[in-house]
Amino acid sequence: MQNKNIILCGVGGQGTILASKLMAAAAMRKGIEVKTAETIGMAQRGGSVFSHVRLGEGLQSPMIAPGKADIIIAFEPAEAVRHLPFLKKGGTVVTSTAPIYPVSALIGASTYPVADILQHLQKSVEKLTLIDSETAAKELGSLRVLNVLLLGAAVRTGELGLEIEDIQAALHEKVPAKFHELNDKALIYTTETRFS
Amino acid sequence: MHKEFLMGNEAIALGAIAAGVKLVAGYPGTPSTEVLETVAKRNPGSIYVEWSVNEKAAMEVAAGAAYSGARAMVTMKQVGLNVASDPLMSLEYVGVKGGMVVMVADDPGPISSQTEQDTRTFAIFSKVPVFDPTSVAEAYEMIQEAFDFSEQYHTPVFFRCTTRVDHGYEAITVKDAEEYKKTSMEGFVKDSSRWVIFPRLSFKNHGLIEQRNSELTAVLSHYPRNEIREETGSYKEKPCRKGIASHGISYMYTADSLDKDNHVRLLKVATPFPFPEELALRFLEGLDEVLCIEELDPVIERALLQLCGKHQLQVKIRGKLTGDIAPAGENTMLSVSKAIHNFLGQAEEAMPPQADIPTLSPPPLPVRPPVLCAGCPHRASFYAVKQAMKGKKTIYCGDIGCYTLGNAMPLDMCDTCLCMGAGINIAQGVGHLDKETKCFAFVGDSTFFAAGLTGVVNAFYNQADMTLVVLDNSTTAMTGHQPHPGTGRTVMGQVVEKVSIEKVLRAIGLTVVETVNPLDFAQARDTIRRVAEEPGVKAVIFRSPCIAFTKPTGHSAVNAEKCIGCKKCIRELGCPALILRDGKAFIDTALCTGCSLCEQICPAGAISGGDRTVASSGDRTGGDNKHAE
Repeated sequence: MQNKNIILCGVGGQGTILASKLMAAAAMRKGIEVKTAETIGMAQRGGSVFSHVRLGEGLQSPMIAPGKADIIIAFEPAEAVRHLPFLKKGGTVVTSTAPIYPVSALIGASTYPVADILQHLQKSVEKLTLIDSETAAKELGSLRVLNVLLLGAAVRTGELGLEIEDIQAALHEKVPAKFHELNDKALIYTTETRFS
Repeated sequence: MHKEFLMGNEAIALGAIAAGVKLVAGYPGTPSTEVLETVAKRNPGSIYVEWSVNEKAAMEVAAGAAYSGARAMVTMKQVGLNVASDPLMSLEYVGVKGGMVVMVADDPGPISSQTEQDTRTFAIFSKVPVFDPTSVAEAYEMIQEAFDFSEQYHTPVFFRCTTRVDHGYEAITVKDAEEYKKTSMEGFVKDSSRWVIFPRLSFKNHGLIEQRNSELTAVLSHYPRNEIREETGSYKEKPCRKGIASHGISYMYTADSLDKDNHVRLLKVATPFPFPEELALRFLEGLDEVLCIEELDPVIERALLQLCGKHQLQVKIRGKLTGDIAPAGENTMLSVSKAIHNFLGQAEEAMPPQADIPTLSPPPLPVRPPVLCAGCPHRASFYAVKQAMKGKKTIYCGDIGCYTLGNAMPLDMCDTCLCMGAGINIAQGVGHLDKETKCFAFVGDSTFFAAGLTGVVNAFYNQADMTLVVLDNSTTAMTGHQPHPGTGRTVMGQVVEKVSIEKVLRAIGLTVVETVNPLDFAQARDTIRRVAEEPGVKAVIFRSPCIAFTKPTGHSAVNAEKCIGCKKCIRELGCPALILRDGKAFIDTALCTGCSLCEQICPAGAISGGDRTVASSGDRTGGDNKHAE
């Protein structure tokens, strides 16, 4: 398989780290070499967080250079835009559309133009999958599985070089049995809106 | 041997275990914390592990083990090394018997630290040899070699990483338990001419250390992890004129940025001190120019400059000192590839491809600084003090921990922050000269034990006038909830006697020591109002557990009909769970923990449902919870 550069991004507490671990475990099951880099520490308190995941051969740095990511999996639309400089020409973006307002925006110290941000994504990314995670959460009964839901959508773009079954097997290894059913449902949840 | 997907810090821990380490001590600090935690988790049963009260204690505990002939490791972040520097500086003169590794995690950026100091520079200052790995896989192997090296030369050694190695993950091959090194220890053997540091011994050993380190420049030239990567491919016959010297993660960025068309010689420096001089001389041979790609200090650059001076070599050394590499901050794939392309004199089109959106500039993005979690008791504590002191001249001296985030708007309750424990003393200094100002020092429970005690003694003894506010959330929250002396647990899982903050303060001599649940807003505010008027040093302990390890007791909800849309809750508390929706306050139940602080300040009584204040203060602690006598 071709080497894959994947960026996960979101806000501290959304579950990006587990998602990158699931991807890594899925890749390892297939014998694919993995390197990842994570944001850990202070930024996790509601700050912008990211994971870089690299799959393939001859990997040196765990970090991805700007313009080299095959796919960005964003847990939050403004974070998707923040990481766009990393996307390669013609790269894929899978993003949740539900904004998370920082406290600075809530108290009026900064702005969060949601409509502009979504429009910017649609204008600048050809292969864009938007996921209405608020509706998804209502249908699935929980937003705690947003990470698995986004992973499933990312797998279906074909850009990860991984199959749903690979992720599912990794998921069943890492997550307690009582959560398997909910996670399985999230993994194959497919009512996202596609723009092309 | 088997394969595992490991974080760099986990690999370092497993490497130390494989090397037969017998004692590991440390103090939590990003990005070092997971090393000790992993040793505790993967302990084959033979290793003593402790979270020490601070880095100085950890260093001394580890020294005791190494004096006894056991392999020992001490872990900390770079600023922790400052706390541990007193014992370390002397320890280098005394030396060790068992291998002793001082694992320090540096934080270029800095991402979550006060300084961008470089432990490689500290190594030069303290004369302690330093190992600097480039990857997770190399860190696993190198830490084992570091133990051997330490034992062979009877010196503590630094094992220094940066964030991207510490917090990078790789699938690497690690040893099975049967393959671990079996180490034995002789026990402490009395020898005052060896273990008691006196000026005469220091003089003698200083000479020996300088001689050893000078010899090591040759020895380390043969250490295989210090290496020259020769130019290859079509350039094999043409003389190479340019070289790049690098280290750590920057070396990996360099390797990733170069391709077979680049005619350049590479030097990888695994031991920046003592510097592998012979190897570096071979590297410099025939070169016109060298670019040093480093993070933090220009350590390799200075060493090469020195070497060129010593041997009168006409090689131009470039890097941070020449402005080719940024003097501060973290290197990135982009900054390194740009520097390389500039150095090799390539055309602009050879620059790494950028994303295809340069023409479309993005809309303004929201800034997202880290904030106190929804339901964090620190928010309630800060808010109570702020309300109690409204209209008074005050200074709020902060400290290191989650509660440093109390500086953010709208709380704005952190006027100073310097280093662990400093707030308590800074408040005194301000107060001694300005009697009109009410001086407050905020300190967390873990920081109180790590670095606060001497400050309180100083304040009491020197008759300062200040209010100490201990923010006791019963954990070391910022670094991931490590136990400390006040928690009654150890990292080994033992249940132990808690050290009571109240009793400690009373034993020092404070007579006004009050414990309050900060989530009871009125009581918290009134207590501060009353206590702040008392003379001398007095203390309020705000005790409520960190929300990260307590189950929410319910959620608050806004009654939209009652809500008058004044936004007081949003404007004054800055809680991430409080959102404005259709002109009214709205609570995100996914975030709300039911702390009920917003309920207590709502002028319309429109919020209800939380019940945190029902759980009264002090019920889950070892404190005596008595008010002032």
